[in-house]
This record gives sequence, structure tokens and C-alpha cells, in this order.
Amino acid sequence: MCVAPCMMNYFPEEVLEHIFNFVSSHKNRNAVSLVCKNWYFVERFSRDKVFIGNCYAISSERLISRFPRLRSLTLKGKPHFADFNLVPNDWGGYVYPWIEAMAKGNVNLEELRLKRMVVSDESLELLARSFANFKSLVLVSCEGFTTDGLAAIASNCRHLRELDLQENEVEDRRGKWLSCFPDSCTSLVSLNFACLKGEVNLAALERLVTRCRNLQSLRVNHAVPLEALQKILINAPQLTDLGTGSFIHDPLSETYIKLKSTFQKCTSVRSLSGFLEVSPSCLPVIYPVCSNLTSLNLSYASGIFNNELIKLMQHCQKLERLWILDTIGDEGLNVVASTCKELQELRVFPSDLYGVGNAAVTEVGLVAISAGCPKLNSILYFCQQMTNAALAIVAKNCPNFIRFRLCTINPVVPDAVTMQPLDEGFGAIVRACKGLKRLSVSGLLTDQVFLYIGMYAEQLEMLSIAFAGDSDKGMLYVLNGCKKLKKLEIRDSPFGNMALLADVGKYETMRSLWMSSCELTLGACRTLAKKMPMLNVEIINEGEQIDGGSDDRQKVEKMYLYRTLAGPRKDAPEFVLTL
Amino acid sequence: MGDDFGLNYEETELRLGLPGGNEGGGKRGFSETVDLKLNLATSRDEQTEDKEKSVVSGGSSGAVSKPHAKAQVVGWPPIRSFRKNILSAQKDNNVEIEKSEGQSATFVKVSVDGAPYLRKMDLKIYKSYQELYEALSKMFNSFTIGDCGANGLKDLMNENKLIDLLNGTEYVPTYEDKDGDWMLVGDVPWEMFVGSCNRLRIMKGSEAIGLAPRAVEKGKNRS
Repeated sequence: MCVAPCMMNYFPEEVLEHIFNFVSSHKNRNAVSLVCKNWYFVERFSRDKVFIGNCYAISSERLISRFPRLRSLTLKGKPHFADFNLVPNDWGGYVYPWIEAMAKGNVNLEELRLKRMVVSDESLELLARSFANFKSLVLVSCEGFTTDGLAAIASNCRHLRELDLQENEVEDRRGKWLSCFPDSCTSLVSLNFACLKGEVNLAALERLVTRCRNLQSLRVNHAVPLEALQKILINAPQLTDLGTGSFIHDPLSETYIKLKSTFQKCTSVRSLSGFLEVSPSCLPVIYPVCSNLTSLNLSYASGIFNNELIKLMQHCQKLERLWILDTIGDEGLNVVASTCKELQELRVFPSDLYGVGNAAVTEVGLVAISAGCPKLNSILYFCQQMTNAALAIVAKNCPNFIRFRLCTINPVVPDAVTMQPLDEGFGAIVRACKGLKRLSVSGLLTDQVFLYIGMYAEQLEMLSIAFAGDSDKGMLYVLNGCKKLKKLEIRDSPFGNMALLADVGKYETMRSLWMSSCELTLGACRTLAKKMPMLNVEIINEGEQIDGGSDDRQKVEKMYLYRTLAGPRKDAPEFVLTL
Repeated sequence: MGDDFGLNYEETELRLGLPGGNEGGGKRGFSETVDLKLNLATSRDEQTEDKEKSVVSGGSSGAVSKPHAKAQVVGWPPIRSFRKNILSAQKDNNVEIEKSEGQSATFVKVSVDGAPYLRKMDLKIYKSYQELYEALSKMFNSFTIGDCGANGLKDLMNENKLIDLLNGTEYVPTYEDKDGDWMLVGDVPWEMFVGSCNRLRIMKGSEAIGLAPRAVEKGKNRS
């Protein structure tokens, strides 16, 4: 905006508000609210979407009082490393108090998006009862609920548009939650229950899909067989996003033939996923859909061999997002590179978690992709080996990376050719990719890589470090250099007290810091907590008897600190000590 | 291997350690502290491992042995438990399917043109085409003249056809595969054949012209 703020103040608030409506990203909204008191007030009363990256950073009361017009809330709970079993159960991240507070505060909640939170059936029931206009529930990597909670949502949310369950741990009570959608429910736009383990009433599902004419996205679980899917697809040719259930069938059967013609009619499908069980001979059925796909997730389809994958990929010229297993191999990635010229995001997951099997990708595949896919900006790559030379080529080919996550199966593997650390390779990446926001490093790494990161990764917001570095200097390079750093998570690296305490003010500019199996002692953590009252410094104690009286020299196994306006949390379990 | 460098790294070695750990504050070389199950098969990988050990732990370990595989590193590789669980469940399923497939027999109907009745054979008990042909020749011995002799038959079976000396016609072994197509026996690896064969048919050479011209030509050249 070229208009100076003082002039803007002559506009009535309605005009300001109207202008602010065009500002949608929460970061920009936050910036707007900081300009002056007037703007703060106008912004505050007009904001209806709030994003809270750490549910313990602020209290629900404060949220509700600042944003009375709240309609949509996004909350994240546990730290990222909780995904990898580094955070004990019962650590926290409960959504119930938030729902309770919003119900009491008469918030007109329409949308709730949760990630890594504990969601009980009671919270779902309360949610379903309390908000008459509730439309959208998205749960990602959450736990604590059963299909009974889903039944409550289905029964009571009369205007439900979206029920999206991604990779949650849900106890399946084999009830009839899907049948709980009343016949009057026709509003569903998106239904994703792929992560559920139990059966659903197929007839009810078919009826539900048929009457929800606006349904765009449907992802079923593995208990929905191909025959049922075929019947559903016939009734929903408008689907744009499909997640298959079990994809097993005898290619000689009549159902298969019907399926072929059904898929030919699914001309709107742009996104495909599922295939938890698949017989490769059935795959040709989806070829007609492939040429329209922009998003394909085969990362759970361990039953597809690499030659079938390759045949499939050759049909996917418009693909922008691909999630796949490393069974595709370097050869398959070559095919992707020559076919998928629109590719922006690639994730290659490991199929063999423990051994060194044949199914793996190496630096060769990554280089091929970087050479063939000029629009690539986001990658997650689990590989057997890597080289500095390859990373340098990748950096040169793809300077537009926003997210770069490399994970070597052996976390300290050196350059496969030179046996050197991979410092130079990652250095090349951060030097070339000026817009890099997220980085995960792995392989053999010394302090040098962190020097590079501190020097060049100016836009970096999130950094994940494991088994890397030689000394405190490494961590210091990062803390001093990365001005925009929001989240730093470190495990099994030799960073200690000196690095932690060098710049305590830094942590208030960040959302959180996780350090586990590093070199921290209790004394340093105490010092930090004392100096920075706006931080919660949590010691996660498992089995070790760290308490208020423990000696300063006691080593700290897991520390999680985050800035907060809410003070030490009251729901911390026994094994969490907030200093 | 660190000793080869002729330097004593121990004094300057940076160490990590748990409270009361081995060397009181020693750096935890990844391979020492965390039990990593590495199934490194190739010798090149062994080299990698040794070198990385010497870089990481400053050569104090000296030992060239592989890290002792006990348990997994917690949380490595960094994959969500949800995904891990699904993958291992799928692996278990596949192993079960392989096991059950391994146990069951693969009986297929075998017909010979001109024979009064069909036979059934379990393909799983044979390990190669050679064994199959021998079994076939034994089974349909009555269609050849006695004084041809077993050896003569074997020679002919080697060349992928039966000769009915009585009529002077040639036979070509064919099979129906999972797609319903009739294929010439012998083209694909044995295991693949067993997995895709639904039934066997020993065709008369005259009928086999479209199917296996080479075999028929070969036969003509021989006679």
C-alpha cells in the first residue's frame, strides 16, 4: 500500500476492515495489527481465521477475547520430533480446554484444524454439540479418539462440509459412525477416512456419496473393496480427489471391466492416493486418470514393483506433486524426470526401514530429478547414499527450493565417493537456494555445514539436525546467522551449555527449540529459564530422577523450550519439569 | 584403522557421554552409542563404515568390526509411526502370502491333442523346464512308438517338441497364462512360468503354426 498509515486513519473503520479482508495470510495479518492501535483494533475485530503454531504459546481465553469473530482455528500441539517417538505419550497437547473455552465464549466456530494434538471423544462430542455452524474438521497426526467421537460429529454437525482425517491413530470401535450421517446431510465436500482401520457400512457410504452432490474429495480406507469403490465412482463423477481403498482384483473379472470404464469417466480427478493393498495387474485401470493428475500419492503402495511404477509414471505428464516409495529406484526417478515436467514437490519414502535392501534410491535419482524438473521447489528424500558433487549439481539445477529435506538411512554416512563429510554439498544448497525456508540435514556433518547455513540461509525458518556437528560452534553459527529462524530441532549432536546460553534473547524470536541427547546440563537450563521468563523451558524426564532439587551438573536428555504468553502450563505430566 | 594414521587422537578427542557413562563425557560416536542395525552387504559399504568410524570417533576405537546390531535407533529414519506401522503390516502380509503360496501346489490341467483324456500335474514339484519335459514324456509315453527309446524322446524334448513317430506329426507344448493368452512353453524364466501358467496344452504341430512358427520350422528342418 502506498497510502501512508496516517491518511488511512481518516478512513472509516469499515473501509479499513474491507481492505484488511484482502489480507489473508496470518503473517500479514499479524503485521497489520502491529502498525498502530487503530489498525490493531480494526484488524482484531475483523479477523476470523487464527493460526496458533504452538498451543501452549497463548491461552484460549486470550485468543477469544482478542478475536471475538473467530471462525476458524488452527492449532498445533506436540513438537515435531513427537512424530518419531521422541516425545513420551501424555506429554500434552490436549484440545479439550480450547473447545470448552470457545463453547463457553460463544465463539461461532466453523473450522478446526489440529496437528499433533490429543483429541478425546469428549472433545469431539463437545465440539459437535456446541457450534451450530460447524463446517470443517481437519485432524493431522492426532490421537486419543475413537470412531465414537466421529459418530458424534457425523450425527450432530448439520452443515458439515469437511471431515479430513490424515494419519491419525484412531481406535476403531467397529460402530457405525458413517451411518450416523443423517439422510438430510448433503453438504459434504470432503471426506477422508483413509487412516481408519475398521470396516464401514458400504451401503451407507454409497448413499452418502450419492446424496452429497458437491463432494469433491473422497478418501476411503483399506476396508472399502474395489467393487464398492466402483459403485461409488459411478455416482460421483465430479470427484477431483480420490483415495482408493483396497485395490485388489482379479483382472479377468467383470468388476474389473466395469472399473475400467468407470475410471475412464472420472475426468475430473486431479489427485489420487491410497493403494494400501494393491495388485499391480490392476493398475492399468487408472492410466486414463493419470494424464490429468496433478497430485499422486503412492507412498503406501508397497505392493507395486518398480516396473509397474515406471509404466504408471509414464502417463503422468501433468504431475505437480508426487509421493512415492524408494522402490521406484533411480531408474524410475529418471522416468519421472523425463515425464513430469511440472513437478514441484517430490517425496521419496523408504520402503525398507532397517536393512540395506535393493529397494533404494541414491544421489543419481536426485540429480536426475533436479535436471528434469525445473519447477521443483520442495523435496523430502530418503536415500541410501549421497555425494557432495551430486548436491552441488542439484543446487545448480534447482535454485528455487523452499523445502529441502534429505535423510540418509544411515544418519552419519559420508560422501559415498570421497568419504568426506557432506558439508560442502549442503553448503551448495543453502548458497544457491536463496528462498530456502525449511532444511533437514543428514549424513556425516561437521561444524562447517552450520557455518554455511548461518552464512547463507537467510530465509530459513525451520532446521532439523541429527547426529551432526563437532562442537558448540556449530549451533552458534546457526543461532547467530539465521535471522528468520522459527523452529530449531536437534538430536544426538554435541551442542551444549555454551551454545544454549550464548544468545538467550534469540529464543523469544523463535517459536521453539528442541534438543535431545545433546550436551546440556540442568544448570544451564535453569539459568536460561531464569533469564527468560517468557520462555517455558521444559525438561522431559523419562526414568531419570530430575526434580527441583537435582544437581546442576545433571545431564539433560530432552529439553523443549518455547516462547509463551501463558506461563508454565498447568497440564504438564509428572515427567515434565518446567523450570 | 585410525592407528594407521600414526596419530593419537585420544587426547584431543571431543566426546559426548551420558552421566556416569563410559569415559565420563566422551563423545558419543554414532556407531558406538546407538545400536544401529546395519546390514551392509557389499565390501564397499564395509569400507565406508570403517572410514566413518575413524572420522567420527577419532580412531580411538581402532577396531574394524561392524557395529553390533542389537536394536534400532529410536526415531531413525525419521518416519511417522503411522507410516512405519502400515509398512510393517504390509510386509507381514506379503510374507504370509509368500508363505502360503509356497505351500500350496499348482495343479494344472494338461491336455494333449488326440489323447482320450486329460491329466493333472503339479508344476511346483519341478524345478526346470527340463524336469517338466521329462515328466511329460513319461506321462504321455503311450503316444510314441516303443522302439524310439527313452533317450530319443529326451533329445526331442530338449528341442521343445514331441514327435509322434506313429503319425509323423509334431507336437508343441503351449500353455494358457493368467491373461488368457496361449503361449509357447519355454520363453520365460521357470518361476515366472509356474506363477502364470493356468493350463498346459500339447498342441499338434499343424495347429501351432500361428503360435510358434520357429518351433514348427525347426521341426521341419529336422525331419
